[in-house]
Amino acid sequence: MTQVFHPAANTIARVSIMAGILGVAGLLVLGDALQKSSYVTEVNMPREQVVPFSHKHHASLGLDCRYCHTSVEDSNSAGIPPTRTCMNCHSMIWNDAPMLEPVRQSWATGEPLEWNRVHDLPQFAYFNHSIHVNAGIGCSTCHGRVDQMPLVHKVNDLYMQWCLDCHRAPENFVRPRDQVFNMAWEPPANQDEVGPELLELHGVDTSNHRLMDCYKCHR
Amino acid sequence: MASEPAAENIGYREIEAVIDPSHDYESVTEKISRISLTPTLPKSLYIVAGISLVLIGLLFTSVFWLVVRGTGIWGLNVPVAWGFAIINFVWWIGIGHAGTLISAILYLFRQEWRTTINRFAEAMTIFAVMCAGLFPLLHIGRPWLFYWLLPYPNVMQMWPQFRSPLMWDVFAVSTYFTVSLLFWFTGLIPDFATLRDRAKSKIARIGYGMASMGWRGSARHWQRYEIVYLLLAGLSTPLVISVHSVVSLDFAVSSIPGWHTTIFPPYFVAGAIYSGFAMVLTLAIPVRSLFGLKDLITLNHLDNMSKVMLATGLMVLYGYGMEAFFAWYSGNEYERYMMWNRMTGPYWWGYWALILCNGVIPQLLWLKKVRISPIPLLIISIIINIGMWLERFEIVVTSLHRDFLPSSWDMYIPTFWDWSIYIGTLGFFFFLMVLFIKFLPIISQFEVRELLHKKKHGHH
Repeated sequence: MTQVFHPAANTIARVSIMAGILGVAGLLVLGDALQKSSYVTEVNMPREQVVPFSHKHHASLGLDCRYCHTSVEDSNSAGIPPTRTCMNCHSMIWNDAPMLEPVRQSWATGEPLEWNRVHDLPQFAYFNHSIHVNAGIGCSTCHGRVDQMPLVHKVNDLYMQWCLDCHRAPENFVRPRDQVFNMAWEPPANQDEVGPELLELHGVDTSNHRLMDCYKCHR
Repeated sequence: MASEPAAENIGYREIEAVIDPSHDYESVTEKISRISLTPTLPKSLYIVAGISLVLIGLLFTSVFWLVVRGTGIWGLNVPVAWGFAIINFVWWIGIGHAGTLISAILYLFRQEWRTTINRFAEAMTIFAVMCAGLFPLLHIGRPWLFYWLLPYPNVMQMWPQFRSPLMWDVFAVSTYFTVSLLFWFTGLIPDFATLRDRAKSKIARIGYGMASMGWRGSARHWQRYEIVYLLLAGLSTPLVISVHSVVSLDFAVSSIPGWHTTIFPPYFVAGAIYSGFAMVLTLAIPVRSLFGLKDLITLNHLDNMSKVMLATGLMVLYGYGMEAFFAWYSGNEYERYMMWNRMTGPYWWGYWALILCNGVIPQLLWLKKVRISPIPLLIISIIINIGMWLERFEIVVTSLHRDFLPSSWDMYIPTFWDWSIYIGTLGFFFFLMVLFIKFLPIISQFEVRELLHKKKHGHH
């Protein structure tokens, strides 16, 4: 009776075992890399908008964040400005710019502009802007240098581990309340000293990892 | 078997022999290989396979509907949030225990009678664990997120709750499945080589050849094989005890009266082995008559398995007694009420049917006549399987449906989809069994040859 397999089958068998192990490991690494890639997280990927609104330009004019995002200090949502806010200026300047045609349309018809949401948290995560702002967490800590972005993009992936990195050790990120809207703020050299003091001052209780409780965000 | 027994001792011999002495190496190999190498199956197995396929269709339909609509299609609701999914999980995983016990513990204790039934029981274990694993996966509601049960680095920075027995379950069951599968496959390798050498068709030779992983039966192969098999047997042994202990902790660690008892781990393990042997008998008795294997799976095997069932059945009965006794002796009104409700409440029929199936009827096994009569034994083993299912039903449902708050008391009524998934897994199980019978050697050929050698030439 002839042999069923050629001697090379031994090599094929050994190689396929190794390939199987490396293949599974490779798939896991690939999955992890994909999960963290900009393709999935949209970090550093500017989103197209119906009107190419430039935060960079408007911030350089000296507009405060709160001129448009009016409810950031006392509401869950920072607030998207109504068309009226745009028209405060643009009824007088650039009032015939073709780029602003959708704004005028919206103003004429009363239909709000449909902006594409850049920072989209899932519905099962509760987030409140006002508590963060009042506890001394600045805009730029999460949103990055929006004042330098022509079209807004994410600088953080908004994954749960990112939230927890701060909730575990907010003293590394907290700043004085009067610096919250300062887009250029950087932690001072002695942040490890002033951080805990600021938390104390702002009434943030971090005992027993309180900020890490599930129900803080999943209510 | 030094001399031929006297005529009046034939009956005795038939019972005591673990293999018919008229067999030789060739006849054993031929007899077992022929089952796998014959292209057709007995007609009755085609019928079993056909019915099983229909049930698999039902299973897939039910799972599809479950994924679409969610676990609300089951009869689950507060306070009975565990229902059929957990009942069936525990039932199936319990059935799996006979395989490991036979293959590992009986191997280490050098019980010769395990040789002709171990392959069979191991296959049954693996298929039962597959059915068992399905239920928690479906019960989590979003089965595609099952990997959240595993501790792996993730962007949620979340670990599973290691203090929860449900987490231990994940490890216990997956370890059990992996080790059982390895053990089964290792045992199959020399037999795959035999089939490879005896097969006529090219496809069969290639298929069995790949499965045998280059086995040539050299002395070095055998020496390594024996070491690996012994090591795997040693690894599997603690699993016989640990897996169902962990499953019982799912209940015992909670604070629900009826679950919160220290007797659960040993009582569950005994029950698992009890139901496992019942399932082995349920399968082995028809198979040995279908394929004329009565000279290999002898009355001696049936007798021995019945004795294991009788012993574990008595342990389980002791467990029932102790549950009732401690409910009374604790003086705790919730414990007492739970037990009283179990016996006389709306599910009283389940409790008493369970006592009848698991406690009363198996007492017939005290009679040797029953232990060596295949048909009564088959009926008793099926009754025990039903009884063990009822036991899990009683534990899960009666403990939950009247919990601490009378305002939340409710009845648990299984829906069509509860039943369809349960019956569907039965179809899945039997279909895999038929495939196993068709394609794999259902009795370990080389171990039987080894046994023959020992029988004919004495122990070394």
